[in-house]
Amino acid sequence: MKVTATKAIMECLLEQDVDTVFGYPGGTILNVYDELYRYKDKINHILTAHEQGAAHAADGYARATGKVGVCFATSGPGATNLTTGIATAYLDSSPVVFITCNVGETLLGKDAFQEVDITGIAMPITKATFLVREASQIPDVMRQAFAIAACGRPGPVLIDFLKNVTNPDQLVDYEFIPYKENRSCEAIKKLNFSHDLSSPEVNQEDVDKLVEMISESERPFIVCGGGVVRGRAHKEFREFAEKLDAPVAITVMGGGGFPGDHELTSGMIGMHGSTASNTACSKCDLLIAVGCRFSDRVALNPNTFAAQAKIVQIDIDRAEIDKNVLTDHHIIGSAKKVLEMLDAKLPQYHHPEWKKEILPLREPSEAPDLGRFTPQQIMETIRVNAPKDTIVATDVGQHQMWAIKYLHFEYPGQLLTSGGFGTMGFGLGAAIGASLGCPDKRVIHITGDGCFRMNCNELATVEHYGLPIITVIFNNGTLGMVRQWQNLIYGKRFSETTLDRGPDFVKLAEAYGLNGRRVNNVEDMKNVLEEALKADKATVIDCRLDINELVSPMVAAGHDITDFLLNEGGRA
Amino acid sequence: MKQTISVLVENQAGVLNKITSLFSKRAFNIDSLAVGVTDDPTLSRITIIVDSGNSVVEQVEKQLNKLVDVVKVRTLSEHAMIGRELLLIKVSATTSTRPDIMTMCQICGAKVVDITPSTVTMEIANTPEIVTSFEEMMRPYGIMETARTGMIALQKGANKI
Repeated sequence: MKVTATKAIMECLLEQDVDTVFGYPGGTILNVYDELYRYKDKINHILTAHEQGAAHAADGYARATGKVGVCFATSGPGATNLTTGIATAYLDSSPVVFITCNVGETLLGKDAFQEVDITGIAMPITKATFLVREASQIPDVMRQAFAIAACGRPGPVLIDFLKNVTNPDQLVDYEFIPYKENRSCEAIKKLNFSHDLSSPEVNQEDVDKLVEMISESERPFIVCGGGVVRGRAHKEFREFAEKLDAPVAITVMGGGGFPGDHELTSGMIGMHGSTASNTACSKCDLLIAVGCRFSDRVALNPNTFAAQAKIVQIDIDRAEIDKNVLTDHHIIGSAKKVLEMLDAKLPQYHHPEWKKEILPLREPSEAPDLGRFTPQQIMETIRVNAPKDTIVATDVGQHQMWAIKYLHFEYPGQLLTSGGFGTMGFGLGAAIGASLGCPDKRVIHITGDGCFRMNCNELATVEHYGLPIITVIFNNGTLGMVRQWQNLIYGKRFSETTLDRGPDFVKLAEAYGLNGRRVNNVEDMKNVLEEALKADKATVIDCRLDINELVSPMVAAGHDITDFLLNEGGRA
Repeated sequence: MKQTISVLVENQAGVLNKITSLFSKRAFNIDSLAVGVTDDPTLSRITIIVDSGNSVVEQVEKQLNKLVDVVKVRTLSEHAMIGRELLLIKVSATTSTRPDIMTMCQICGAKVVDITPSTVTMEIANTPEIVTSFEEMMRPYGIMETARTGMIALQKGANKI
């Protein structure tokens, strides 16, 4: 059947069960938006304040729902505004299809108005890019893009349509193929020629070898990485951990892969890792990392990382094996499949001595009374009072580390945080995406005053779509994490990190038509949070904190994992 | 250590860029690179020579494998491959030096492709070592200009990637 090019684009979105799209229109993408107007009862378009917000929202939607996120933007500045969002999704393996339009064929490469080579710019931060110069390519490219974004290790894909390709006179041969069936269409088969789109087949011998290594180990230690979350392998992981009866460290990206309040949880690992996890890492005789790439924030010094241990890496991406830390054994495959096979083979182990050595080192979850309003008190208030399944979106910095340290996550998609790229300003967009993707759940956006100022324009989006997001600002009047480094490493020379300036966040929230509250102590925090949880519109809570609050413990970059620069509860 | 990586890719715009950016991202230099379409017009073969350690090459090979446009990647072992470079070289020649140049040309298996009263232009296709030594032999006569391709390579025997 012949349909117009833009209709083919919309139908291809429907093939993939896309019902929500984030974006921002502009000159070159007008034809697509014109078609969207006709599809508005099938595809819900969320208009953000800025393309970066749209990119983070599509990413947050993907992380929270496990589906592929979709984001539209126009050429030139519209496209470049996406790039921080694309890189954020890429570093954290989040499946998002970005669709941009470019100038027409006759203007291409002539520095036309709002022209930029976005496929060139996005090349190193996507799994694949497509420049579509003929309308006939549309169905194939759309199907391939969604397949690539979701397969194996997920990630972002960018499609750039030339404007003339989307003109109303462009007709395409098109037949609706639901995505479950389109895996067998020609375009996908062709892709399969060079890329196996299904998960890699797990080698049973590799699994057996690990089972044997486990039987020889006295001090096993497990690291739950982002692969457990992306692979939605939390149930299999939990069974594995309980059978092994060993301490479990959770990386920043692994939050939600294993219950934070489980008796085997030893806390975060790495730069701000808990004493328990970092000690376990240096004392264990077998370290099993599931879906973890040993980034420089986890394996601070790759040469001494888990020096006494045999290191085993389980990953879906072969290119991650031995990239950062040399391993003794590895298993290629999805976390779910590998863990299923392991669980089937493993007997029940008991490691009481080893657990007794590590797990008591954990810091208690309850916030101590230090005579001042502390970040830990805010987190405790949230943990105790918000529903257990609340989705938490964070920005980047001290508040992010506190959230991961003090809140407990139970399921994949509950914690949305920019762990790899460390994008300040990610949180509010991600919270919008999560709130739309999971309307039955509460979404709390945890941010700092520096991060919030970056993309607070998205409060307009929050208000317009009536999303009951609660934003909690850890307002310490400084770029806290950078100040922390200046405090501890740079001789207290606080170069350009003090944020002694507006706006008044309460008034700002009110200006956007939302509730704004200021909080100076833990009692007020409880009351305000309770009120916010009952309110039918979003609330911004401005929590005033001491400028010198620190995230502890801390290990300096490149140092041994137990070479603490700052101990648990340490002060500058 | 010099290593030869042979990559079969989709014959499309922008693919070469994607391949080379993987090298530039890790800040290491490509010694030589040759690209050409294969017997299947939808595929091109890129032969890349890099000078770095095994682990680096292994990493790049894995990353190359992840690119959608890459069909196959293989690091070729020096002993199990045939590698050839092509050199075009223009040297000054006078009536007195021309016979010597021609003799050298014959010995090394080069071919004269253009001649003028004051110059001789030759081509030689051989292993990088022989091509380099031919270039050195020509240096005393006065090299005016050279153009040299990157090496192309195939595995010996019936093996193919």
